Amino acid sequence: MSIDNSSFKTNLSVLIALLILTVITVLVAQVDFGIFNAFFAMLIAGIKGALVLMYFMHLKYDEKIYSLIFGISVFFVFVLYFFSKLDIITRIIQTSVL
Amino acid sequence: MSNYLNCKKGLFSWLFTRDHKRIALLYMITVFSFFIVGGFFALLIRLELFKVGETIVNSAFYNQLMTYHGAVMIFMVIIPGIPAFLGNFVLPLQIGAKDVAFPTVNLLSWYCLVIGAFVTLTSLFLGGVDTGWTFYTPYSIETGTAVIPVVLGAFIMGFSSILTGLNFIVTIHQLRAPGMSFFKMPLFVWSLYSTAIIQVLATPVLAITLLLLVAERVLKVGVFDPAMGGDPILFQHFFWFYSHPAVYIMILPAMGVISELICAFSRKRIFGYKALVFASLGIAVVSFFVWGHHMYVSGQSEWAGIVFSVLTMLVGVPTAVKIFNWIATMFRGSLKFDTPFLYALGFLFLFLIGGVTGYMLAVLPFDVHVHDTYFVVAHFHYVMVGGSIMGIMGGFYYWFPKMFGRLYNEGMGQLGFALIFIGFNVTFFPQFILGINGMPRRYADYKAPYEALNQISTVGSWLIALGFIVAFTFLLWAMFKGRKASANPWGAKTLEWQSSSPPPHENFLETPVVTKEAYE
Repeated sequence: MSIDNSSFKTNLSVLIALLILTVITVLVAQVDFGIFNAFFAMLIAGIKGALVLMYFMHLKYDEKIYSLIFGISVFFVFVLYFFSKLDIITRIIQTSVL
Repeated sequence: MSNYLNCKKGLFSWLFTRDHKRIALLYMITVFSFFIVGGFFALLIRLELFKVGETIVNSAFYNQLMTYHGAVMIFMVIIPGIPAFLGNFVLPLQIGAKDVAFPTVNLLSWYCLVIGAFVTLTSLFLGGVDTGWTFYTPYSIETGTAVIPVVLGAFIMGFSSILTGLNFIVTIHQLRAPGMSFFKMPLFVWSLYSTAIIQVLATPVLAITLLLLVAERVLKVGVFDPAMGGDPILFQHFFWFYSHPAVYIMILPAMGVISELICAFSRKRIFGYKALVFASLGIAVVSFFVWGHHMYVSGQSEWAGIVFSVLTMLVGVPTAVKIFNWIATMFRGSLKFDTPFLYALGFLFLFLIGGVTGYMLAVLPFDVHVHDTYFVVAHFHYVMVGGSIMGIMGGFYYWFPKMFGRLYNEGMGQLGFALIFIGFNVTFFPQFILGINGMPRRYADYKAPYEALNQISTVGSWLIALGFIVAFTFLLWAMFKGRKASANPWGAKTLEWQSSSPPPHENFLETPVVTKEAYE
């Protein structure tokens, strides 16, 4: 299968972006953001994941149904995270009030 | 005439088959075999509880019986029961397809179930396991019993569920007969579709949770055990994120079966087709938002408890839509009280009690009062046995002529139903009263005032066993000796009845073209 020049350029740009983001991940890990440490790490990881999904896994070019299926999966991961976190945070608040 | 049963012969033609109908029968044998095993454990539990004190087993063994009864019935019987057994047989026929989208994956999913079940049951020879089917931490990390094989077995069986769900989603999207739009699909197909979404989205979470549990036991990684810096309530969040939707993996396909039965035996079009479709999808979606109602007294925060309590009540809305539409379908219908329809009526009666008591348990203060009592046991069995098992049995009797090309004995079918239905209520209704009076669940012994109701309950379990013996004996007889069935003995409208009984190897001699609604 031939790779056309534009997609090669795009993939190369994405690769460079991923490498830069990896360097940023390492640099950010040196700085203490307190409770936001995980937030920044996840933010960068999320951007990297999105780039891989859109360009390397072709979600950007494929039928929209695949993006929808992926979106639904991410939504349910969010549901699991949100309600578990809701419990943990309100537990901490409850304990500290008591 | 050549059909799927006689087109190939020999054991290997079954063990390596890729025909969805043969795979369905492999599931049938597997599921009913494990049903007998799980049922035997249940009878032993009830026998132990017949009298006060430790009578036939000691407490440690009782804990194991209770664990295996739950694990076998849930992971090996009810979860694969309708989707993998009835769904595999009926789905391609109902949408006019030759097979499922991935026939080899379909066979793989059966092997995953068998291998997973085998791994789980090997624990019996390693001293057994006593955690209950929920494997709650930190006990499941600390106990010296054989947790790892059971958990790994459940992990492998989870893949069976995922692969079946994935196969069904692709099959429904890609292989519908010409002219069959989504809103011309039978309601059983819609219920399998909704179930498949849950199987694909929720089961991986259980798999990850169980692997984390193994990692914690083997590698001492502190995820759930507070002694290692973990959070045991987090295990319950992860576990119930799967296991509550799993309740709907068990009940949604049963609801699909009931829609088919009520429609066929009322001789009417289904009332409110689209409402039933959206109710199935609604139940599937809402099921992901309610898991915390299992954890009101776990140490979960009160705020989370309140949120989950309110969200849980939402399930009642689409469920009530379904029950209303089924009753409306029967209204002024030409009802025919054959065995499958009796099971459908049994479902309505029992599931209504299970559903209403579920609503009571959704109310946080009430749940705190009856938590871990026999009230919960009774509710759960009214939903699971009253719902799923009634659905499996009703569906099995309904599609039996299609599967084997023979008719069962109607009188014996009705006798079996009567024994199961009466036995079920005699067994489990007293447990509501025991629970309200404070009898805790999961103990081998109880106080003397609870004895009379426990004895009634145990006698009921014997009636259930007798009912299943009658039902299975005569079904087995009918498989080989029953009268020949016509292609459509019920006069039903859906596509599977247009094929011969039993169907040929690839279901239809000519690809059917759909021009009408599902029940027209």
